Amino acid sequence: MSVLIDNLPLLLRGFWMTLVLSVLGALGAVVLGTLLAALRVSPSAPLRGLGYLYVELLRNTPLTVVFFFMAFGLPQLDLALPNFFLSGLLALVLYTSAFVCEAIRSGINAVPPGQAEAARALGMPFGQVIGQVVLPQAVRTVIPPLGNVWIALVKNSSIASAFAVTELTAVLTRLSNQTAGALVAIGAGVTIGYLIITLPSGYVVSRFERRLAVLR
Amino acid sequence: MTSVLYDVPGPRARARNRMLTAIGAVVVLGLVALALWRLSVNDQLDGDRWSVLFDPRTDVPQAIGNALVRTLRVAVLGMIAATVLGALLAIGRLSDRAWVRRPVTVVVEFFRAVPLLLLILFSFIFLPALGTPISPFAALLLGLVLYNMAVLAEIFRSGILSVDRGQWESAYALGMSKSQVMTTVLLPQAVRRMLPVLIAQLVVLLKDTSLGYIVTYSELLRTSRGLVEFFGNTYSFQFYVAAAIVYIAVNVLISSIARLVERRTRKNRKVKATAPVALPDTPTATGQAV
Repeated sequence: MSVLIDNLPLLLRGFWMTLVLSVLGALGAVVLGTLLAALRVSPSAPLRGLGYLYVELLRNTPLTVVFFFMAFGLPQLDLALPNFFLSGLLALVLYTSAFVCEAIRSGINAVPPGQAEAARALGMPFGQVIGQVVLPQAVRTVIPPLGNVWIALVKNSSIASAFAVTELTAVLTRLSNQTAGALVAIGAGVTIGYLIITLPSGYVVSRFERRLAVLR
Repeated sequence: MTSVLYDVPGPRARARNRMLTAIGAVVVLGLVALALWRLSVNDQLDGDRWSVLFDPRTDVPQAIGNALVRTLRVAVLGMIAATVLGALLAIGRLSDRAWVRRPVTVVVEFFRAVPLLLLILFSFIFLPALGTPISPFAALLLGLVLYNMAVLAEIFRSGILSVDRGQWESAYALGMSKSQVMTTVLLPQAVRRMLPVLIAQLVVLLKDTSLGYIVTYSELLRTSRGLVEFFGNTYSFQFYVAAAIVYIAVNVLISSIARLVERRTRKNRKVKATAPVALPDTPTATGQAV
């Protein structure tokens, strides 16, 4: 127990870094993912192909490889980022945006086309069809997968610990030269740090899923 | 054909689409040209840089091939162990006895909420401190199995719950016991319906083997890093691209197998009594079944 109290500032700093990485990564991923989803549903075939290629590429590559490219591959192209936090954040954003794009696209496709046809038959312009009819219904379908992507992003941020970012998992590797009992305490502390974020998020997502099931 | 977003295009919409397609083609070509220009400016497109990947005298293709085999080995072993344990956990979570159900639920929810890297690192660091030496292979395998058995337990559980209630109601009416119902009626249909999702989870597991890099297991990514350190930084881009292409090729192959199995399962008579399940579109590096 005392080892936890001794290292509390380090643990808190790691927890804060995990939180910052996750939140900023989520914001970036949502912005980029929406853009990608717009590419994938656009009427222009080259743009559709670009979106499809990006998503397939990043969904089939391990996140660790993406981190490698950002941290060690970009400097080879003279595009180095100023610090490892930014390259880690960029890797997380690029990787997660592919899954956000797929979630948004499946949400849009889940809206019955009859809804949009009726809206168009009533004379609504495109903006109103999207904003008043399609998007509100799509959002209901999109929230549970996006919740899962958020939880996965929080867990994926742990990989940044191997690329010189001092977040929660890095605390464990930093303090790894302790006795077995102290290790259990530190491991418990780090685990609780992650559970504080992932368990409530998982609870909210399952509550939302249950509400959705009732609505259907 | 109308879709959610677009009506059948009339003449003006067709003209607009043609213009958008032209603009899109220009944008894509511009991006490709920009990428190629940046690469050539840094001499990344030199033939002799890329030839090291294909020249058997440098031992590079053999090293990459061996690393792929080691990656596949840990992935397949992990998948088999996780499937067996996951099925057991799923059955335990559906048990009628609370003293079985509650601890199993805690275990499954715990291992699903913790990052996989943390599990691997903890096995790698903690077990030697207790006195049992552990190889990087074993630590990676242990972490992968612990994490994926929880994910697969959820997959199996949703598969079992998707079987029509008529199936188990008639099984009970015939006088079968709970375990007979589970093993002869529910599990076979659930597994058949869940097979594409299981194969998709194998893709996730393969990607997660790259975490072996962090515990020094010589899987594909670590071998690439070792090759970079051996051959020097000039080849680093080429080696990372090679590793990425191998990962992508293997994963695309397995994903297409999953889609093929899913299409055949939909037409299979033996899954008529289960609800159709969509392939998870949002699994990520550290695994998340939808």
